[in-house]
Amino acid sequence: MLSQVREITLMNLRNLPSRLGSSSVIVVGIAGVVCVLVSILAMATGFRAALESTGAPDRAIVLRGGSGGELSSGMSEENVRIVAAMDGIATSSGELYTIADVPKRSSGTPANLVVRGVEPSAFAIRAELTIVAGRNFEPGKRELIAGRRAVDEFTGIDLDAPIRFRDSDWQIVGIFESNGDAHESEVWGDVKVAQAAFRRTGGVSTIRVRLTDPAVLEGLAARIDADPRLDLQIQSEQAFYGNQSSRLSSIITGFGYLVAVIMAIGAVFAALNTMYSAVTLRTVEIATLRAIGFGGMPVVVSVLIEALVLALLGGAVGALVSYVVFNGVTISTLNSGSFSQVAFDFAVTPALLTQGIIWAVALGFVGGLFPAVRAARLPITVALRGE
Amino acid sequence: MNLLPLMWAGLFRRRTRTVLTLFSIIVAFLLFGLLRSIANAFAGGIDVAGVDRLIVQPKYSVIDPLPISHLNVIRTVAGVASATHADWFGGFYQERRNFFPKYPVRPDEWFQAYPEYQIDPAQLRAFETTRTGVVAPAELAVRFGWSIGDKIPIEADIYPQRDGNRLWEFDLVGTYEGRASGLTPTEFLMNYDYFDEARQFGQGEVGWFVVRVEDPAKAAEVASAIDAQFANSSNETRTATEAEFQRQFANQIGDIGLMMGGILAAVFFTIVLLTGNTMAQAFRERIPELAVLKTLGFSDARVALLVLGEAVLLCVVGGALGLGIMALLANGVAQAIKDIVPEFELIWQTVAAGLLIAAVMGVLVGAVPATTARRLRIVDALRER
Repeated sequence: MLSQVREITLMNLRNLPSRLGSSSVIVVGIAGVVCVLVSILAMATGFRAALESTGAPDRAIVLRGGSGGELSSGMSEENVRIVAAMDGIATSSGELYTIADVPKRSSGTPANLVVRGVEPSAFAIRAELTIVAGRNFEPGKRELIAGRRAVDEFTGIDLDAPIRFRDSDWQIVGIFESNGDAHESEVWGDVKVAQAAFRRTGGVSTIRVRLTDPAVLEGLAARIDADPRLDLQIQSEQAFYGNQSSRLSSIITGFGYLVAVIMAIGAVFAALNTMYSAVTLRTVEIATLRAIGFGGMPVVVSVLIEALVLALLGGAVGALVSYVVFNGVTISTLNSGSFSQVAFDFAVTPALLTQGIIWAVALGFVGGLFPAVRAARLPITVALRGE
Repeated sequence: MNLLPLMWAGLFRRRTRTVLTLFSIIVAFLLFGLLRSIANAFAGGIDVAGVDRLIVQPKYSVIDPLPISHLNVIRTVAGVASATHADWFGGFYQERRNFFPKYPVRPDEWFQAYPEYQIDPAQLRAFETTRTGVVAPAELAVRFGWSIGDKIPIEADIYPQRDGNRLWEFDLVGTYEGRASGLTPTEFLMNYDYFDEARQFGQGEVGWFVVRVEDPAKAAEVASAIDAQFANSSNETRTATEAEFQRQFANQIGDIGLMMGGILAAVFFTIVLLTGNTMAQAFRERIPELAVLKTLGFSDARVALLVLGEAVLLCVVGGALGLGIMALLANGVAQAIKDIVPEFELIWQTVAAGLLIAAVMGVLVGAVPATTARRLRIVDALRER
């Protein structure tokens, strides 16, 4: 039987070129599905990666109780001192988180840029942050350093450029990189200067801490909860950024699957159509094979294989197009979690490519199965007589 | 006229193929409806209700507060018909993911600023006179099963009460709705006076002002006149029409929407191309049949019309079904993606454009086979079998 399958399959594949027009329908249709699916999921994956890489296992963030993000959080400097002195905290930085309207380069309309005031210890907490141009800000001065992506996304955020906020003029003195994470979409300055400039004297938004060990987090959380002076909550950075990204990334993912499923339905119909006509055109041929002793099963398998080969080809084309066109492309959007612009790169990962190929094979299987069965079921005598 | 049954019969000659082709077309136009609606939402051109409304925001950051005293100044600017203010309360109901905007406002002024919102006058009066009173969009009330008289607890994340308590308890005294043709309102409204008195900090501050102008044609001039009033003060403003702010907000989400629109457009044209190819192929196989019709005395023109008509019929039926299904799904989709695409709506212009495209597609797909059919010589065609 295997040799029969091989013979018919080879015959089918050899005369594929003569059916180029109709076969390309399967290839193009499935390529479209895979390309769209992989591209949209790559958007979600890239977004999640940018936010999640902002967190590290031994770091944590302290927010006001009840607040879900840095923007709505706030606490007194006394709170910062109490937390900083707690057991299990190696380093801490009280940070002011605010947002400025700065025109986006792509649209020219104002968008939310994060302005973060930090203590000098912030750089010890975030070792991955490096200044790549200019220099760091000097404490006490109205100087800012800008993330690489903030420079790319916003108008007027450039090295040595002046920038105006309410009541104050600042100077951008350096550009930093931080592994492509969310901080790269921000600008940073001295927290004390920022408090004065933004009418926020005496308080900060959050505290970033480096823990002596990731395991101390639970105990710390319990002590903060129990302390009557504090109305604060502590969570690991990874949990925090996971939450920040989950909403948008799950919406994009859901949208991607929705569109892909709709398209897949269309592609399956196209594939069915093509395979049915392929089978119909070869009715006599298939019946002849059956008449000279080829079994029904080899016919089914051969038609299926033809569909799968075409589908795989389509899947590969779609995945390749998605990779070439989108991988690494940077886009920026408003993250509802932080209420700020976050720039990120599309990430066409091997896992996504694999998923795309799996979809292609599944679509090819569905598109080939029914026509294959019909081909095998046709009574030989009827088929031989032609239509 | 009597060609129609023949077209129908022709289409169902190969039922499987026709049904499969039809489904492809349905899918294509479903996607068309989806992508056009998304593009519309990003163009921000759906809601023209706000043409006479200006929004006055802080100049440097949307989160900076503005002093309420600005209101009296704004009211004196020439061309301003009325003005009121609002604020962003934040917070959430029961769970963080139950998101809807909550604005502390002045009840009477708010509903004058937004005349498209319909509220029962008695409920509006109750809203004005009940300190802890709130009104919610009818849809929101249905979603959470609220009825008038219910106590609604809101957990604050920005504004605790004076004693540090984060739980605010409001009394639902009314519901309101948008006009049938407009967008569904989403704002949960509370009394500014109560909010301002009870909050821990920020007294006398507001988030933004809503201004109605006397003449929408002069909106831009009024906007600059307002900003000029506060220029070089410590609370400068940035004023623009409501539509402009909506566009700016859409631009913030920007890239993602464009990207999705682009991807979907590519998809639509791919499917249309594939379907056209399949249909053209189907006609080629039927050439002998058309020769038979000619033998029976059908004129060249009628045969051509028959072929063209079948293509158009299939495309238009498919297009109508696809757009119809999209219309049924529209509300669900709008809910699901409202964070990314805030104003998703399937408007009649989209449906009309879709049907037109379906008809054009039918003509394009049918034109070549129809011409072939018209020129067909019976003898040649019959010999091909």
